[in-house]
Amino acid sequence: MSKHAPQPVSLFDTRLLKAALVESFKKLDPRDLWRNPVMLCVELASVITLVTFVASLSGHNPEPAWFTGQVSAWLWLTVIFATFAESLAEGRGKARAASLRKSRTEVTAKLVARAEFNAPFKVVPAQELKKGDLILVEAHEQIAGDGEVVAGAALVNESAVTGESAPVVRESGGDRSAVTGGTEVIANAIVVRITANPGETFLDRMISLIEGAKRRKTPNEVALEVLLIALTLVFLLVCLNLRPLTVYSVTAAGKGSPVSLTVLVALFVCLAPTTIAALLPAIGIAGMDRLFQKNVIALSGRAIEAAGDVNVLLLDKTGTITLGNREAVEFVPVGGHSEREVAEAALWASLADETPEGRSVVVLARKCCSLKAEALPADARIIAFSADTRLSGLDTAGCRYRKGASDSIVAFVKGLGAAAVPADLADVVDRIARAGATPLVVCRDGEIFGVINLKDIVKGGIQERFQQLRSMGIKTVMITGDNPLTAAAIAAEAQVDDFLAQAKPEDKLRLIKENQEAGFMVAMTGDGTNDAPALAQADVAVAMNTGTQPAREAANIIDLDSNPTKLLDIVEVGKQILMTRGNLTTFSISNDVAKYFAIVPAMMISVYPQLGVLNVMRLATPLSAILSAVIFNALVIPCLVPLALKGTKFRPMPAERLLISNLFIFGLGGVLAPFVGIKAIDMVLGLF
Amino acid sequence: MNAYEWTQTLIFFLVLLALVRPLGSYLARVFAGERTLLTPLLVPCERLIYRLCGVEADREMDWPRYTFGILWFNLIGGAALLAILLLQGVLPLNPQKLPGFSWHLALNTAISFMTNTNWQAYAGESAASYFSQVVGFAVHNFLSAASGIVVAIAAIRGFVRRRSTELGNCWVDLTRSTLYLLLPLSLVFALFLVSQGVIQNFQGYRTVPLVQKTSYNKPKLDAQGNALKDAKGNPVTENAPLTEVTIPMGPVASQEAIKELGTNGGGFFNANSAHPFENPTPLSNLVEVFLILWGGAGLTYCFGEMAGNTRQGWAILTVMLALLVLAVGVNYWAESAGNPLVFHQGVTQANLEGKETRFGIAGSALFTAATTGTSCGAVNAMHDSMTPLGGMVPLSLILLSEVVVGGVGTGLYTMLAFVVIAVFVAGLMIGRTPEFLGKKIEVREMWMSIVTVLTSGVLVLIFTALALVVPSAVASMANPGAHGLSEVLYAFASMSNNNGSAFAGLNANTVFYNVCGSLAMLAGRFAPIVATLAMAGSLAGKKYVPASLGTLPTDRLPFMLWLTLVILIVGALTFFPALSLGPIVEHLVMVGR
Repeated sequence: MSKHAPQPVSLFDTRLLKAALVESFKKLDPRDLWRNPVMLCVELASVITLVTFVASLSGHNPEPAWFTGQVSAWLWLTVIFATFAESLAEGRGKARAASLRKSRTEVTAKLVARAEFNAPFKVVPAQELKKGDLILVEAHEQIAGDGEVVAGAALVNESAVTGESAPVVRESGGDRSAVTGGTEVIANAIVVRITANPGETFLDRMISLIEGAKRRKTPNEVALEVLLIALTLVFLLVCLNLRPLTVYSVTAAGKGSPVSLTVLVALFVCLAPTTIAALLPAIGIAGMDRLFQKNVIALSGRAIEAAGDVNVLLLDKTGTITLGNREAVEFVPVGGHSEREVAEAALWASLADETPEGRSVVVLARKCCSLKAEALPADARIIAFSADTRLSGLDTAGCRYRKGASDSIVAFVKGLGAAAVPADLADVVDRIARAGATPLVVCRDGEIFGVINLKDIVKGGIQERFQQLRSMGIKTVMITGDNPLTAAAIAAEAQVDDFLAQAKPEDKLRLIKENQEAGFMVAMTGDGTNDAPALAQADVAVAMNTGTQPAREAANIIDLDSNPTKLLDIVEVGKQILMTRGNLTTFSISNDVAKYFAIVPAMMISVYPQLGVLNVMRLATPLSAILSAVIFNALVIPCLVPLALKGTKFRPMPAERLLISNLFIFGLGGVLAPFVGIKAIDMVLGLF
Repeated sequence: MNAYEWTQTLIFFLVLLALVRPLGSYLARVFAGERTLLTPLLVPCERLIYRLCGVEADREMDWPRYTFGILWFNLIGGAALLAILLLQGVLPLNPQKLPGFSWHLALNTAISFMTNTNWQAYAGESAASYFSQVVGFAVHNFLSAASGIVVAIAAIRGFVRRRSTELGNCWVDLTRSTLYLLLPLSLVFALFLVSQGVIQNFQGYRTVPLVQKTSYNKPKLDAQGNALKDAKGNPVTENAPLTEVTIPMGPVASQEAIKELGTNGGGFFNANSAHPFENPTPLSNLVEVFLILWGGAGLTYCFGEMAGNTRQGWAILTVMLALLVLAVGVNYWAESAGNPLVFHQGVTQANLEGKETRFGIAGSALFTAATTGTSCGAVNAMHDSMTPLGGMVPLSLILLSEVVVGGVGTGLYTMLAFVVIAVFVAGLMIGRTPEFLGKKIEVREMWMSIVTVLTSGVLVLIFTALALVVPSAVASMANPGAHGLSEVLYAFASMSNNNGSAFAGLNANTVFYNVCGSLAMLAGRFAPIVATLAMAGSLAGKKYVPASLGTLPTDRLPFMLWLTLVILIVGALTFFPALSLGPIVEHLVMVGR
């Protein structure tokens, strides 16, 4: 891992805390705070109590100054705790963005007119590059902006973006042509066509996203805010209504005093859903940040929330469900040959084969028949795989070793004049294909020895993950270019719910559209340019960072590690964000029950001493009761900051059980906790 | 409860439950335009009405046009009623030669009947002519009930339809709900009530000698007709002998059935269903309670059937009935425990003041809970005379937005708004963007359901505050102390929620109460209607999301409990302070804390 890699930042790193503290005061500016209307109301309430405090000092207010002063102080703290929570969440992102920004030191680019390596170039600053410009990047130079390789191939270190220090190959054409600004060419030279204007590059977008600068509220967040604002409005009216109610009651009872402005304001702040309103921005920001820790960049908060709703998951077989490469697992002799003979022929045929499949043949030959891979003989002539012949092999010492698809090898041996192929060949080939594996037939000259069983290796533990997904109500669909037979076998082994075989890009698009028509939320991962239309159509589209520029542009989530099972993590974070919001809302509103029992008797006891019965917590005095409720209301915010930032723990279980368990913890807990908390604070206040 | 009361209550609920499905199923067929028992008889009438009114029955409407239709329909009806009341003195069918209403009373009464509130700041027998009763009130009992039902039907269609902009044709729906449901049932039940002794005539009032001569303390009135008060604020009275009595007559039965079935509640007489001519026997009492609840309960099944999930309908009804049973229980308990202050003076313990002995505590408790849990507001016992906690039951049921089966239509759509809010929070808690019946709940649905649910609460808070501040309003309060506060709270709760029942003891026929009450009734009725239709419009346009393992089942016990909690919590948080200064402190004073 390089120094740029996103490292987990401790929740309470002191530097972050300090920065957040400063920031939280800046956020008190009403022009900033209006984005959070509930907290803006609390700030207004704080200002009012500040006025009543001054009035108390000069004797113009019924309550003692120590009381109004304390109420005012705690109300201010309530607002500050809220802005602090948001600043803290943003701060962690900012720290990361800063480290990213460091990597983007002033870069210059060699602007060329043609996509040729020897074309004359002009050195320009990176900021002046426009879309469509061509630049030449040579070894040990930074790529000045996002673009597409149009000539050459190079080894690129992308650790600045991905945190992965192993360099990757970027070459013109194909699916590996995209390069990211800020990454460094290690070897060779390439010509890059710039695809993003300055300020719009991937790195720029990433930095602004991480900083939270461009964070927009998601629709779901807005809907929750509607609920919170409505409740706040109702509580405001409840408090306004209380003044005439108590004025009337004082006249009716002939004693006591009507509820004062300070107490009304205090009651309002206690009742308003301040806990959730204070933590709401932090929950979303922290969610994105948690994804970033997992090396996933969400280009919108909406995409993450949508991920929590996904019903259908389209997964590429290769690299996701199976290990990227097939492996030889068995040599099956035919026509009376022995396994060892097959292994020997296969070893020769694969000696020069540098593909992972080829190497796995060598490994298997060594393992099963103790054959040693010899050095390539001097007279060896390497027959590379070509799309025409569909076979590969080696000519040495007068022998022609070949391996390849069954029909190609049969054609090859017949071309050499072989009379017949072994009778059992077709059966063996068929059996292997039927099991979802790839049969490779091996021959030496005109003689077929046997078949290599080349198998897709399903990743370890993948069945459990699919099981988890199923229990969350998510259906998994495997997409593969394989034939239906192979696909079915692998689907069965990996325990996916469905598969799409021989998938062409338009098939993928159609599958997504069909599912969406049926009302499902579809997530898909992809990396190739041919995936781009499907990615653009999917509700949650995860592009691999190794993918092409079109794929990355079509996606709304980018996985820097290019590890497709990341979708599971994304789903989890999406659900966590929603759950944290829901749980804290329930908690916040349940709290009001206890606050009523603290404040209502306290403010009416002078009028109706009988209402003392409602003082179930036996709080010492009316003023200490009100103050305790206000203090509890303020302190509960910092206490819940860790929960807001880390998110509620997600355990896959059916919806109903999840609801019951969360209602117990946050609903019932929300009712009971303030009874304990307010009583405890009242006892502490009693000590002074 | 004694054996008789148990049996009566149990039989009542069993009959109600048994008849929910037939009615709901019938309604579903009626509004889908399918064939029913009455089709051969009514289709010609229906066609005739459409031809006369120029209704294109096949043309469906989007939500703004549907809403516009409903509002327009109500506006014209309200204006007609206003004119009738103002001109009552010159209109026929007025044997008592009753004069026209004052402008503010006419306004309040017209709005009251138009909005299905039936708040009555007048006494029926001494203020309204037979023409006003029959052509004005009875007609509106049908029209306002139909308006509520069609809004609920449109709301159901919103949940059920997929990617559609249309909610149905409001004229067709209004016609069908009146023709197929309200008229035939009212006819049958009016005849039944006549069999029990409810009167139906157009004769003048009869004056008969009293069997037992008596005298009473008559309050002295000043020139304006207001009660005179002495220096201490107590009314000045004089002794008046009483030898004969005037018995009001009228076409009662025809209005009585629709009064309950349409959850209107406006009594023909001031004493409403406590009057022997409106509700003569224990059996008529149970039938009236049944009619109050039947429409609303039937609509829950209709909802389930139209949504293709009858369990969902039953789930909603279960929540409603659970709250109803709770309310009946608390009221029964509080009333039978009675007032200890009275008990110590050697009077029977149970509180029978303001109750009819022919109904008893059980019959009164059932009626009281039913009439306030719905938007009916008819009464067979005086709510004002109940014990503080007993009286808090009807008050609370109204303040909970009347969802304990609720008014015909209004109960269902208010409940659906509660469901949307409950689903929203519960959906978040399980990590899904919330959905109900396969429809995503988003910003618009939240706004609209919040308006539906909270409008009445907001109105109550604003207007009670005003009533305690404006001096002319304070003068209306006859009872000082906490009970006076309960009366004011009850008055505005009742009007804002379109209930119409009242704690007596408050002179509501003043400019302040009539005008503010009109505003409360209008806003309390039409803000939720517009919001509900807007939500239905938005929901109908959405695609359907099939349920999966990750979807929260909304037709099972955990969600039902959660929904109940949401309803109770929203109500409690809004009104706990007010209730604690009214009935709660009154109770504490009574038990001598």
